[in-house]
Amino acid sequence: MEELALHILDLVQNCAEAGASMVEITIIEDFSSNLLLIEIRDNGRGMSPEVLANVEDPFFTTRTTRHVGLGIPLLKAAAEQAGGSFVITSSPGKGTTVRAEFEHDNIDRAPLGSVCDTVVALLAVHPRLDLVYTHSVNGTEFVLDGREIREICGEDLNHPKIIQWLKSYIAEQEKQLGGDQ
Amino acid sequence: MKTVEDLRKLREEVQQMTKLRDGGAEVKIVVGMGTCGIAAGARETLNAFVQEIAVKSLSGVVVTQAGCVGLCDREPIVEVNAKDGRTIYARVTPEKARRIISEHVQGGRVIEDWVTRN
Repeated sequence: MEELALHILDLVQNCAEAGASMVEITIIEDFSSNLLLIEIRDNGRGMSPEVLANVEDPFFTTRTTRHVGLGIPLLKAAAEQAGGSFVITSSPGKGTTVRAEFEHDNIDRAPLGSVCDTVVALLAVHPRLDLVYTHSVNGTEFVLDGREIREICGEDLNHPKIIQWLKSYIAEQEKQLGGDQ
Repeated sequence: MKTVEDLRKLREEVQQMTKLRDGGAEVKIVVGMGTCGIAAGARETLNAFVQEIAVKSLSGVVVTQAGCVGLCDREPIVEVNAKDGRTIYARVTPEKARRIISEHVQGGRVIEDWVTRN
């Protein structure tokens, strides 16, 4: 994956498959502590300790169409190669939280990329998922709460014209925030 | 700056547009969004479809996602479900997505060169 934003997309796809109704994506950039943190928290069905123990292994997957599951190992590798860490916690029936930390200035850290494109793609294909996206850069925060958007747009939330509007809105906010691209 | 008020107005316009036509979706476009699809560029492909549908104000065309279907080497995979049946396209870039909209979805002609069989 060329962008960390693509890892985020991939992991939220897991959340959706795990039956989550709510997903919180949090990105924290703090230059003074040289930190880039990505956290994805869902309220899906969670994993048993046995599954959790295997989930970082690329040759473990719950799917049947192929025999490798690369999503989590890829993000873990991306964090570890950038002087960071990767932690996944889960409890059955409650949900799963993935937390990846990176050294912000590490030369081997992949660029964050377009989180805007990731968020609009998720809104377009999972209109019923409550998506809360928070991006903080040195203490300044942008929050996009999918529940507030649904309150305004109802079932038209993923209408292509609404999605296009959200895309330019998020891009505008991200530009102001001035985080990693 | 864009405001919530703009979004409210846009929603009203969208509601007026959708009121003019009845019935469900006529064309369903499914983009493969497993790890393999995403790594191969499915996000850009998906967003290109959505953008093209918005720009052309097409109604009755929905875009949705599927997981990995085991054709990882040919991602991004896109399935078009229309009146002419089910067509599976391989290695769909944003550029190809725009042509699928104009030629297949709007023009009713399957682009045979890009079709893949499973």
